[in-house]
Amino acid sequence: MKQKYYFDYAATTPIDPRVVKAMLPYFGEIYGNTMSLHSFGMKSAEAVEKSREIIAKSINAKADEIIFTGSATESNNLALKGLAEAHPNKNKIIISAIEHDCVLNSARWLKSKGYRLVVLPVDKEGKIDLELLEKEVDEKTLVVSIIHGNNEVGTIQDLQKIGNICRNHKVYFHTDASQSFTKTKIDVEDMKIDLLTASSHKIYGPKGVAILYVRSGIMINPILHGGGHEGGLRSSTVNVSAIVGMGKAVEISYKVGKLESCKVEKLRDKLIKGVLKTIPDCWVNGSLTDRLYNNVNISFKNVEGESLLLELDNRGIMCSTGSACSSNNLEPSHVLLAMGLTAPEAHGSLRFSLGRWTTEKEIDYLLAVLPKVVKKIRKISPFKI
Amino acid sequence: MRGQFTYSKKVLSHFRKPHNLGNIKNPSGLGEVGNLACGDVMKLYLKIEDDKIEEIKFETYGCAAAIATSSVITDLVKGKTIEEALKMTNKEVIDSLDGLPPIKIHCSLLSVDALGEAIYDYLVKNNREIPKELEERHRRITTLADHH
Repeated sequence: MKQKYYFDYAATTPIDPRVVKAMLPYFGEIYGNTMSLHSFGMKSAEAVEKSREIIAKSINAKADEIIFTGSATESNNLALKGLAEAHPNKNKIIISAIEHDCVLNSARWLKSKGYRLVVLPVDKEGKIDLELLEKEVDEKTLVVSIIHGNNEVGTIQDLQKIGNICRNHKVYFHTDASQSFTKTKIDVEDMKIDLLTASSHKIYGPKGVAILYVRSGIMINPILHGGGHEGGLRSSTVNVSAIVGMGKAVEISYKVGKLESCKVEKLRDKLIKGVLKTIPDCWVNGSLTDRLYNNVNISFKNVEGESLLLELDNRGIMCSTGSACSSNNLEPSHVLLAMGLTAPEAHGSLRFSLGRWTTEKEIDYLLAVLPKVVKKIRKISPFKI
Repeated sequence: MRGQFTYSKKVLSHFRKPHNLGNIKNPSGLGEVGNLACGDVMKLYLKIEDDKIEEIKFETYGCAAAIATSSVITDLVKGKTIEEALKMTNKEVIDSLDGLPPIKIHCSLLSVDALGEAIYDYLVKNNREIPKELEERHRRITTLADHH
Protein backbone atom coordinates (compact mmCIF):
# COMPACT_ATOMS: atom_id res chain seq x y z
CA MET A 1 0.00 0.00 0.00
CA LYS A 2 1.13 3.49 -0.86
CA GLN A 3 1.98 5.75 2.04
CA LYS A 4 -1.19 7.26 3.50
CA TYR A 5 -1.54 10.72 5.01
CA TYR A 6 -4.56 10.87 7.30
CA PHE A 7 -6.06 14.33 7.83
CA ASP A 8 -9.54 13.26 8.85
CA TYR A 9 -9.28 12.85 12.63
CA ALA A 10 -12.55 14.78 13.05
CA ALA A 11 -14.33 12.03 11.09
CA THR A 12 -12.82 9.33 13.25
CA THR A 13 -9.52 8.50 14.88
CA PRO A 14 -7.43 5.35 14.82
CA ILE A 15 -7.61 3.47 18.13
CA ASP A 16 -4.63 4.07 20.36
CA PRO A 17 -2.74 0.76 20.75
CA ARG A 18 -2.88 1.23 24.54
CA VAL A 19 -6.67 1.31 24.24
CA VAL A 20 -6.71 -1.89 22.19
CA LYS A 21 -4.54 -3.56 24.81
CA ALA A 22 -6.89 -2.50 27.60
CA MET A 23 -9.90 -3.84 25.67
CA LEU A 24 -8.52 -7.24 24.70
CA PRO A 25 -9.25 -9.16 27.95
CA TYR A 26 -12.92 -8.22 27.62
CA PHE A 27 -13.44 -10.23 24.46
CA GLY A 28 -12.27 -13.72 25.34
CA GLU A 29 -11.48 -13.73 29.05
CA ILE A 30 -13.84 -11.45 30.93
CA TYR A 31 -16.83 -11.78 28.68
CA GLY A 32 -19.57 -11.84 31.34
CA ASN A 33 -22.81 -9.94 30.98
CA THR A 34 -22.83 -7.03 33.42
CA MET A 35 -26.31 -8.07 34.52
CA SER A 36 -25.14 -11.58 35.56
CA LEU A 37 -24.65 -12.12 39.27
CA HIS A 38 -21.73 -14.54 38.92
CA SER A 39 -18.11 -13.51 39.16
CA PHE A 40 -17.65 -13.07 35.41
CA GLY A 41 -20.60 -10.71 35.34
CA MET A 42 -19.32 -8.79 38.32
CA LYS A 43 -15.87 -8.39 36.78
CA SER A 44 -17.44 -6.94 33.66
CA ALA A 45 -19.63 -4.63 35.73
CA GLU A 46 -16.62 -3.45 37.75
CA ALA A 47 -14.73 -2.60 34.57
CA VAL A 48 -17.68 -0.59 33.27
CA GLU A 49 -17.99 1.32 36.54
CA LYS A 50 -14.28 2.13 36.52
CA SER A 51 -14.65 3.64 33.05
CA ARG A 52 -17.71 5.56 34.15
CA GLU A 53 -15.73 7.13 36.96
CA ILE A 54 -12.79 8.11 34.76
CA ILE A 55 -15.08 9.70 32.20
CA ALA A 56 -17.22 11.47 34.82
CA LYS A 57 -14.13 12.92 36.48
CA SER A 58 -12.89 14.33 33.17
CA ILE A 59 -15.87 16.70 32.95
CA ASN A 60 -16.27 17.21 36.72
CA ALA A 61 -19.41 15.10 36.87
CA LYS A 62 -20.44 12.24 39.17
CA ALA A 63 -20.24 8.67 37.93
CA ASP A 64 -23.98 8.07 38.19
CA GLU A 65 -24.61 11.04 35.91
CA ILE A 66 -23.03 9.20 32.96
CA ILE A 67 -25.13 7.01 30.65
CA PHE A 68 -23.30 4.82 28.15
CA THR A 69 -24.88 4.73 24.69
CA GLY A 70 -23.92 3.38 21.29
CA SER A 71 -23.03 6.62 19.53
CA ALA A 72 -23.06 10.39 19.82
CA THR A 73 -26.08 10.33 17.52
CA GLU A 74 -27.89 8.15 20.03
CA SER A 75 -26.84 10.40 22.92
CA ASN A 76 -28.12 13.50 21.15
CA ASN A 77 -31.39 11.76 20.28
CA LEU A 78 -31.77 10.58 23.87
CA ALA A 79 -31.05 14.05 25.23
CA LEU A 80 -33.62 15.86 23.11
CA LYS A 81 -36.34 13.23 22.80
CA GLY A 82 -35.78 11.98 26.35
CA LEU A 83 -36.25 15.47 27.78
CA ALA A 84 -39.28 16.11 25.58
CA GLU A 85 -41.00 12.92 26.74
CA ALA A 86 -40.34 13.69 30.38
CA HIS A 87 -41.41 17.33 30.30
CA PRO A 88 -44.63 17.55 28.29
CA ASN A 89 -45.46 20.96 29.73
CA LYS A 90 -42.76 22.63 27.58
CA ASN A 91 -43.08 23.19 23.85
CA LYS A 92 -40.06 25.07 22.58
CA ILE A 93 -36.54 23.97 21.61
CA ILE A 94 -33.61 26.21 20.77
CA ILE A 95 -30.62 25.00 18.73
CA SER A 96 -28.00 26.68 16.56
CA ALA A 97 -27.86 26.66 12.77
CA ILE A 98 -24.56 24.76 12.85
CA GLU A 99 -25.55 21.69 14.85
CA HIS A 100 -24.54 18.24 13.69
CA ASP A 101 -27.27 16.50 11.68
CA CYS A 102 -28.21 14.29 14.61
CA VAL A 103 -29.21 17.27 16.78
CA LEU A 104 -30.72 19.11 13.81
CA ASN A 105 -32.81 16.15 12.70
CA SER A 106 -33.87 15.17 16.23
CA ALA A 107 -35.04 18.75 16.74
CA ARG A 108 -36.84 18.73 13.40
CA TRP A 109 -38.52 15.48 14.36
CA LEU A 110 -39.75 17.09 17.58
CA LYS A 111 -40.96 20.02 15.51
CA SER A 112 -43.02 17.58 13.46
CA LYS A 113 -44.58 16.47 16.77
CA GLY A 114 -45.67 20.02 17.56
CA TYR A 115 -42.65 21.64 19.20
CA ARG A 116 -41.67 25.16 18.32
CA LEU A 117 -38.14 25.02 16.95
CA VAL A 118 -35.92 28.09 17.09
CA VAL A 119 -32.70 27.85 15.08
CA LEU A 120 -30.26 30.53 16.17
CA PRO A 121 -28.25 32.04 13.32
CA VAL A 122 -24.46 32.33 13.54
CA ASP A 123 -22.06 35.06 12.44
CA LYS A 124 -19.42 34.58 9.78
CA GLU A 125 -17.09 32.92 12.29
CA GLY A 126 -19.78 30.47 13.30
CA LYS A 127 -20.57 32.03 16.70
CA ILE A 128 -24.12 32.24 18.01
CA ASP A 129 -25.54 35.57 19.10
CA LEU A 130 -25.85 35.42 22.90
CA GLU A 131 -28.22 38.38 23.07
CA LEU A 132 -30.56 36.65 20.67
CA LEU A 133 -30.39 33.50 22.80
CA GLU A 134 -31.24 35.56 25.88
CA LYS A 135 -34.28 36.96 24.05
CA GLU A 136 -35.46 33.55 22.89
CA VAL A 137 -35.32 31.55 26.15
CA ASP A 138 -38.63 31.68 27.97
CA GLU A 139 -40.69 29.63 30.43
CA LYS A 140 -41.96 27.38 27.62
CA THR A 141 -38.44 26.47 26.50
CA LEU A 142 -37.53 22.85 27.18
CA VAL A 143 -33.87 22.86 26.20
CA VAL A 144 -31.15 24.86 24.54
CA SER A 145 -28.83 22.55 22.58
CA ILE A 146 -25.66 24.14 21.23
CA ILE A 147 -22.69 22.33 19.77
CA HIS A 148 -19.42 23.01 21.63
CA GLY A 149 -16.68 22.64 19.01
CA ASN A 150 -18.13 22.58 15.52
CA ASN A 151 -17.25 19.44 13.57
CA GLU A 152 -16.81 21.19 10.23
CA VAL A 153 -15.19 24.54 10.93
CA GLY A 154 -13.89 24.00 14.48
CA THR A 155 -15.47 27.10 15.99
CA ILE A 156 -15.82 26.83 19.78
CA GLN A 157 -18.85 28.41 21.49
CA ASP A 158 -18.65 30.08 24.87
CA LEU A 159 -20.42 27.42 26.93
CA GLN A 160 -19.98 29.32 30.15
CA LYS A 161 -22.01 32.25 28.90
CA ILE A 162 -24.64 30.02 27.31
CA GLY A 163 -24.85 28.01 30.54
CA ASN A 164 -25.38 31.16 32.58
CA ILE A 165 -28.19 32.35 30.34
CA CYS A 166 -29.92 28.97 30.50
CA ARG A 167 -29.53 28.64 34.27
CA ASN A 168 -30.86 32.16 34.86
CA HIS A 169 -33.98 31.28 32.88
CA LYS A 170 -34.26 27.78 34.40
CA VAL A 171 -33.94 26.17 30.97
CA TYR A 172 -32.01 22.93 30.41
CA PHE A 173 -28.72 23.28 28.56
CA HIS A 174 -27.43 20.44 26.41
CA THR A 175 -24.21 20.53 24.44
CA ASP A 176 -22.86 18.18 21.79
CA ALA A 177 -19.19 18.00 22.76
CA SER A 178 -18.27 15.19 20.37
CA GLN A 179 -15.42 17.16 18.82
CA SER A 180 -14.22 19.12 21.84
CA PHE A 181 -14.26 16.37 24.49
CA THR A 182 -10.72 15.93 25.89
CA LYS A 183 -9.48 18.68 23.55
CA THR A 184 -10.68 21.70 25.49
CA LYS A 185 -11.52 21.96 29.16
CA ILE A 186 -15.08 21.01 30.00
CA ASP A 187 -16.43 21.48 33.51
CA VAL A 188 -20.16 20.79 33.75
CA GLU A 189 -20.36 22.66 37.08
CA ASP A 190 -18.52 25.80 35.99
CA MET A 191 -20.23 25.87 32.62
CA LYS A 192 -23.65 24.97 34.07
CA ILE A 193 -24.13 22.20 31.54
CA ASP A 194 -27.16 19.98 32.23
CA LEU A 195 -26.67 17.39 29.52
CA LEU A 196 -23.58 16.62 27.45
CA THR A 197 -22.78 14.26 24.61
CA ALA A 198 -19.29 12.86 24.06
CA SER A 199 -18.02 10.11 21.82
CA SER A 200 -15.24 7.54 22.01
CA HIS A 201 -14.13 7.21 18.39
CA LYS A 202 -13.09 10.88 18.16
CA ILE A 203 -10.63 10.45 21.03
CA TYR A 204 -8.68 7.35 19.92
CA GLY A 205 -11.20 4.94 21.45
CA PRO A 206 -13.35 2.34 19.67
CA LYS A 207 -16.44 3.10 17.60
CA GLY A 208 -19.85 2.10 18.90
CA VAL A 209 -19.73 3.76 22.30
CA ALA A 210 -20.51 7.25 23.58
CA ILE A 211 -21.91 8.91 26.67
CA LEU A 212 -24.71 11.19 27.64
CA TYR A 213 -24.12 13.12 30.84
CA VAL A 214 -27.37 14.05 32.57
CA ARG A 215 -27.17 16.24 35.68
CA SER A 216 -28.62 14.35 38.64
CA GLY A 217 -32.18 15.35 39.37
CA ILE A 218 -33.05 15.99 35.72
CA MET A 219 -35.68 13.61 34.40
CA ILE A 220 -35.38 12.10 30.96
CA ASN A 221 -37.32 9.20 29.46
CA PRO A 222 -35.61 6.34 27.63
CA ILE A 223 -35.89 5.73 23.89
CA LEU A 224 -35.05 2.03 24.21
CA HIS A 225 -37.18 -0.10 26.52
CA GLY A 226 -35.89 -3.43 27.71
CA GLY A 227 -33.97 -4.96 30.57
CA GLY A 228 -33.40 -1.67 32.38
CA HIS A 229 -29.66 -1.19 31.83
CA GLU A 230 -28.04 2.17 32.61
CA GLY A 231 -30.61 3.01 35.25
CA GLY A 232 -33.42 2.16 32.87
CA LEU A 233 -32.36 4.89 30.47
CA ARG A 234 -30.59 2.75 27.90
CA SER A 235 -31.60 -0.88 27.81
CA SER A 236 -29.20 -3.05 25.79
CA THR A 237 -26.55 -5.55 26.79
CA VAL A 238 -23.64 -3.44 27.93
CA ASN A 239 -20.78 -3.16 25.42
CA VAL A 240 -18.11 -3.83 28.02
CA SER A 241 -14.97 -3.90 25.86
CA ALA A 242 -15.89 -0.67 24.07
CA ILE A 243 -16.68 1.09 27.35
CA VAL A 244 -13.36 -0.06 28.81
CA GLY A 245 -11.72 1.31 25.67
CA MET A 246 -13.42 4.67 25.99
CA GLY A 247 -12.33 4.91 29.63
CA LYS A 248 -8.75 4.12 28.68
CA ALA A 249 -8.84 6.69 25.88
CA VAL A 250 -9.92 9.37 28.34
CA GLU A 251 -7.26 8.29 30.82
CA ILE A 252 -4.57 8.62 28.13
CA SER A 253 -5.86 12.07 27.22
CA TYR A 254 -5.22 13.21 30.82
CA LYS A 255 -1.60 12.25 30.43
CA VAL A 256 -0.85 13.56 26.99
CA GLY A 257 -3.49 16.28 26.61
CA LYS A 258 -1.46 19.41 27.15
CA LEU A 259 1.54 18.30 25.12
CA GLU A 260 -0.64 17.01 22.33
CA SER A 261 -2.66 20.20 22.05
CA CYS A 262 0.49 22.33 21.80
CA LYS A 263 2.01 20.08 19.17
CA VAL A 264 -1.09 19.75 17.02
CA GLU A 265 -1.95 23.45 17.28
CA LYS A 266 1.49 24.35 15.94
CA LEU A 267 1.04 21.98 13.01
CA ARG A 268 -2.45 23.37 12.37
CA ASP A 269 -1.12 26.92 12.23
CA LYS A 270 1.72 25.89 9.95
CA LEU A 271 -0.77 24.26 7.59
CA ILE A 272 -3.08 27.30 7.53
CA LYS A 273 -0.21 29.71 6.94
CA GLY A 274 1.33 27.53 4.25
CA VAL A 275 -1.89 27.08 2.30
CA LEU A 276 -2.77 30.78 2.40
CA LYS A 277 0.72 31.64 1.25
CA THR A 278 1.05 29.19 -1.63
CA ILE A 279 -2.47 28.95 -3.08
CA PRO A 280 -4.24 31.94 -4.64
CA ASP A 281 -7.92 32.66 -4.01
CA CYS A 282 -8.58 30.68 -0.86
CA TRP A 283 -9.59 31.53 2.70
CA VAL A 284 -10.05 29.93 6.12
CA ASN A 285 -13.58 29.24 7.33
CA GLY A 286 -14.39 29.62 11.03
CA SER A 287 -12.88 31.53 13.91
CA LEU A 288 -9.11 31.89 13.96
CA THR A 289 -9.01 32.34 17.73
CA ASP A 290 -11.83 30.24 19.22
CA ARG A 291 -11.05 27.14 17.25
CA LEU A 292 -10.46 23.46 17.91
CA TYR A 293 -6.70 22.99 17.86
CA ASN A 294 -6.87 20.30 15.21
CA ASN A 295 -9.24 21.85 12.65
CA VAL A 296 -8.36 23.48 9.32
CA ASN A 297 -11.24 24.37 6.99
CA ILE A 298 -10.42 26.18 3.77
CA SER A 299 -12.49 27.23 0.75
CA PHE A 300 -10.85 27.33 -2.67
CA LYS A 301 -12.50 29.57 -5.23
CA ASN A 302 -13.77 28.04 -8.47
CA VAL A 303 -13.12 24.42 -7.57
CA GLU A 304 -15.41 21.73 -6.38
CA GLY A 305 -14.45 19.93 -3.19
CA GLU A 306 -15.23 16.36 -4.13
CA SER A 307 -12.84 16.43 -7.07
CA LEU A 308 -10.16 18.01 -4.87
CA LEU A 309 -10.74 15.34 -2.24
CA LEU A 310 -10.47 12.47 -4.73
CA GLU A 311 -7.38 13.89 -6.39
CA LEU A 312 -5.76 14.28 -2.96
CA ASP A 313 -6.79 10.73 -2.09
CA ASN A 314 -5.06 9.58 -5.27
CA ARG A 315 -1.90 11.02 -3.76
CA GLY A 316 -2.46 9.36 -0.40
CA ILE A 317 -4.01 12.35 1.37
CA MET A 318 -7.34 11.88 3.15
CA CYS A 319 -9.63 14.74 4.14
CA SER A 320 -13.30 15.88 3.99
CA THR A 321 -15.34 18.42 2.04
CA GLY A 322 -18.47 20.52 2.55
CA SER A 323 -19.38 20.17 -1.11
CA ALA A 324 -22.87 19.08 -2.08
CA CYS A 325 -21.43 16.54 -4.48
CA SER A 326 -19.95 14.46 -1.70
CA SER A 327 -23.06 14.39 0.43
CA ASN A 328 -25.88 11.91 0.18
CA ASN A 329 -28.51 14.61 -0.27
CA LEU A 330 -26.60 16.77 -2.78
CA GLU A 331 -26.88 19.80 -0.49
CA PRO A 332 -23.82 21.87 0.39
CA SER A 333 -22.79 22.05 4.05
CA HIS A 334 -25.52 23.71 6.12
CA VAL A 335 -22.80 24.92 8.49
CA LEU A 336 -20.95 26.89 5.81
CA LEU A 337 -24.19 28.28 4.38
CA ALA A 338 -25.26 29.38 7.88
CA MET A 339 -21.95 31.26 8.18
CA GLY A 340 -22.84 33.23 5.09
CA LEU A 341 -20.91 31.36 2.41
CA THR A 342 -22.58 31.03 -1.00
CA ALA A 343 -23.24 27.55 -2.35
CA PRO A 344 -20.22 27.65 -4.72
CA GLU A 345 -18.00 28.81 -1.84
CA ALA A 346 -19.23 25.88 0.24
CA HIS A 347 -18.69 23.45 -2.67
CA GLY A 348 -15.03 24.49 -2.73
CA SER A 349 -14.29 23.73 0.92
CA LEU A 350 -11.95 21.15 2.37
CA ARG A 351 -11.55 20.14 5.99
CA PHE A 352 -8.21 18.86 7.21
CA SER A 353 -8.30 17.59 10.78
CA LEU A 354 -5.11 16.71 12.59
CA GLY A 355 -4.42 14.44 15.52
CA ARG A 356 -2.14 12.45 17.78
CA TRP A 357 -0.01 10.97 15.03
CA THR A 358 0.15 13.88 12.60
CA THR A 359 3.78 14.79 11.92
CA GLU A 360 5.48 17.86 10.54
CA LYS A 361 6.65 15.74 7.61
CA GLU A 362 3.03 14.97 6.75
CA ILE A 363 2.15 18.67 6.85
CA ASP A 364 5.11 19.39 4.54
CA TYR A 365 3.91 16.73 2.12
CA LEU A 366 0.38 18.14 2.14
CA LEU A 367 1.72 21.65 1.58
CA ALA A 368 3.75 20.39 -1.37
CA VAL A 369 0.88 18.48 -2.98
CA LEU A 370 -2.16 20.68 -2.34
CA PRO A 371 -1.17 23.63 -4.58
CA LYS A 372 -0.61 21.25 -7.50
CA VAL A 373 -3.93 19.52 -6.96
CA VAL A 374 -5.88 22.79 -6.74
CA LYS A 375 -4.13 23.97 -9.89
CA LYS A 376 -4.94 20.75 -11.72
CA ILE A 377 -8.64 20.81 -10.84
CA ARG A 378 -8.88 24.53 -11.59
CA LYS A 379 -7.44 23.79 -15.02
CA ILE A 380 -10.36 21.47 -15.77
CA SER A 381 -12.85 24.16 -14.76
CA PRO A 382 -14.34 26.61 -17.30
CA PHE A 383 -14.00 29.40 -14.73
CA LYS A 384 -10.55 30.89 -14.88
CA ILE A 385 -9.01 32.91 -12.12
CA MET B 1 -29.14 3.77 -0.46
CA ARG B 2 -27.38 2.24 2.51
CA GLY B 3 -23.80 3.26 2.93
CA GLN B 4 -21.55 5.64 1.05
CA PHE B 5 -21.36 5.45 -2.75
CA THR B 6 -18.22 4.36 -4.58
CA TYR B 7 -16.90 5.08 -8.07
CA SER B 8 -15.88 2.52 -10.69
CA LYS B 9 -12.25 2.32 -11.81
CA LYS B 10 -13.29 3.77 -15.18
CA VAL B 11 -14.80 6.84 -13.55
CA LEU B 12 -11.68 7.42 -11.48
CA SER B 13 -9.42 6.91 -14.48
CA HIS B 14 -11.31 9.46 -16.61
CA PHE B 15 -11.39 11.84 -13.66
CA ARG B 16 -7.66 11.57 -13.06
CA LYS B 17 -6.67 11.78 -16.71
CA PRO B 18 -9.52 13.47 -18.55
CA HIS B 19 -9.59 13.03 -22.34
CA ASN B 20 -10.03 16.04 -24.63
CA LEU B 21 -9.68 18.56 -21.86
CA GLY B 22 -9.52 22.22 -22.87
CA ASN B 23 -11.33 24.54 -25.24
CA ILE B 24 -11.55 25.33 -28.94
CA LYS B 25 -11.17 28.87 -30.21
CA ASN B 26 -14.09 29.89 -32.42
CA PRO B 27 -15.91 26.57 -32.01
CA SER B 28 -18.53 25.48 -34.54
CA GLY B 29 -20.79 24.81 -31.57
CA LEU B 30 -20.62 25.49 -27.83
CA GLY B 31 -22.85 23.93 -25.19
CA GLU B 32 -22.93 25.12 -21.60
CA VAL B 33 -25.13 23.49 -18.96
CA GLY B 34 -25.48 23.30 -15.18
CA ASN B 35 -24.92 26.06 -12.68
CA LEU B 36 -22.47 26.97 -9.97
CA ALA B 37 -24.99 26.82 -7.13
CA CYS B 38 -25.63 23.15 -7.81
CA GLY B 39 -21.94 22.42 -8.13
CA ASP B 40 -21.77 21.29 -11.78
CA VAL B 41 -21.03 23.37 -14.86
CA MET B 42 -20.05 21.75 -18.16
CA LYS B 43 -18.82 23.45 -21.28
CA LEU B 44 -18.51 21.42 -24.46
CA TYR B 45 -16.74 22.78 -27.56
CA LEU B 46 -17.23 21.26 -31.03
CA LYS B 47 -15.38 21.68 -34.30
CA ILE B 48 -17.66 20.34 -37.02
CA GLU B 49 -16.78 19.77 -40.66
CA ASP B 50 -19.28 18.31 -43.14
CA ASP B 51 -21.61 17.62 -40.23
CA LYS B 52 -18.94 15.46 -38.64
CA ILE B 53 -17.47 16.12 -35.19
CA GLU B 54 -13.78 16.56 -36.03
CA GLU B 55 -12.73 17.89 -32.69
CA ILE B 56 -14.33 18.05 -29.27
CA LYS B 57 -13.09 19.59 -26.01
CA PHE B 58 -14.57 20.14 -22.59
CA GLU B 59 -14.15 22.15 -19.43
CA THR B 60 -16.06 21.14 -16.30
CA TYR B 61 -16.49 22.50 -12.82
CA GLY B 62 -17.81 19.72 -10.64
CA CYS B 63 -17.33 16.41 -8.92
CA ALA B 64 -15.41 13.41 -10.21
CA ALA B 65 -18.55 12.03 -11.89
CA ALA B 66 -19.18 15.32 -13.70
CA ILE B 67 -15.60 15.38 -14.98
CA ALA B 68 -15.64 11.69 -15.94
CA THR B 69 -18.96 11.89 -17.83
CA SER B 70 -17.70 14.95 -19.73
CA SER B 71 -14.49 13.17 -20.59
CA VAL B 72 -16.12 9.93 -21.74
CA ILE B 73 -18.77 11.63 -23.88
CA THR B 74 -16.02 13.38 -25.84
CA ASP B 75 -14.56 9.94 -26.62
CA LEU B 76 -17.95 8.54 -27.56
CA VAL B 77 -18.90 11.18 -30.13
CA LYS B 78 -15.56 12.20 -31.62
CA GLY B 79 -15.61 11.35 -35.33
CA LYS B 80 -19.37 10.82 -35.39
CA THR B 81 -21.85 12.77 -37.51
CA ILE B 82 -24.10 15.18 -35.66
CA GLU B 83 -27.03 12.95 -36.49
CA GLU B 84 -25.32 10.02 -34.78
CA ALA B 85 -24.22 12.19 -31.88
CA LEU B 86 -27.77 13.34 -31.24
CA LYS B 87 -28.75 9.72 -30.63
CA MET B 88 -26.33 9.51 -27.71
CA THR B 89 -28.11 8.56 -24.47
CA ASN B 90 -27.00 8.91 -20.89
CA LYS B 91 -27.23 5.13 -20.61
CA GLU B 92 -24.36 4.81 -23.10
CA VAL B 93 -22.38 7.30 -21.03
CA ILE B 94 -23.06 5.35 -17.85
CA ASP B 95 -22.24 2.01 -19.46
CA SER B 96 -18.95 3.28 -20.87
CA LEU B 97 -17.98 4.24 -17.33
CA ASP B 98 -18.92 0.79 -15.96
CA GLY B 99 -21.77 2.41 -14.04
CA LEU B 100 -22.36 5.45 -11.88
CA PRO B 101 -23.63 5.67 -8.30
CA PRO B 102 -27.41 6.35 -8.40
CA ILE B 103 -26.90 9.76 -6.80
CA LYS B 104 -24.59 10.73 -9.70
CA ILE B 105 -26.85 9.74 -12.59
CA HIS B 106 -27.70 13.42 -13.14
CA CYS B 107 -24.06 14.01 -14.19
CA SER B 108 -24.54 11.69 -17.17
CA LEU B 109 -27.69 13.58 -18.15
CA LEU B 110 -25.76 16.82 -17.87
CA SER B 111 -23.11 15.59 -20.30
CA VAL B 112 -25.74 14.53 -22.86
CA ASP B 113 -27.43 17.91 -22.42
CA ALA B 114 -24.12 19.73 -22.99
CA LEU B 115 -23.64 17.80 -26.22
CA GLY B 116 -27.20 18.56 -27.36
CA GLU B 117 -26.73 22.24 -26.60
CA ALA B 118 -23.45 22.37 -28.53
CA ILE B 119 -25.09 20.82 -31.58
CA TYR B 120 -28.09 23.13 -31.20
CA ASP B 121 -25.71 26.09 -31.14
CA TYR B 122 -24.02 24.82 -34.32
CA LEU B 123 -27.32 24.39 -36.14
CA VAL B 124 -28.59 27.83 -35.09
CA LYS B 125 -25.34 29.51 -36.11
CA ASN B 126 -25.61 27.93 -39.55
CA ASN B 127 -29.30 28.75 -39.99
CA ARG B 128 -30.09 25.08 -40.18
CA GLU B 129 -33.35 23.45 -39.40
CA ILE B 130 -33.54 22.27 -35.78
CA PRO B 131 -34.99 18.80 -35.27
CA LYS B 132 -38.16 18.98 -33.20
CA GLU B 133 -36.73 16.77 -30.46
CA LEU B 134 -33.62 18.90 -30.13
CA GLU B 135 -35.72 22.06 -29.97
CA GLU B 136 -37.70 20.54 -27.10
CA ARG B 137 -34.53 19.46 -25.34
CA HIS B 138 -33.11 22.95 -25.68
CA ARG B 139 -36.27 24.45 -24.25
CA ARG B 140 -36.23 22.05 -21.30
CA ILE B 141 -32.56 22.77 -20.52
CA THR B 142 -32.91 26.54 -20.73
CA THR B 143 -36.08 26.59 -18.63
CA LEU B 144 -34.30 24.43 -16.07
CA ALA B 145 -31.46 26.95 -15.96
CA ASP B 146 -33.93 29.80 -15.44
CA HIS B 147 -35.38 28.06 -12.46
CA HIS B 148 -32.11 28.24 -10.52
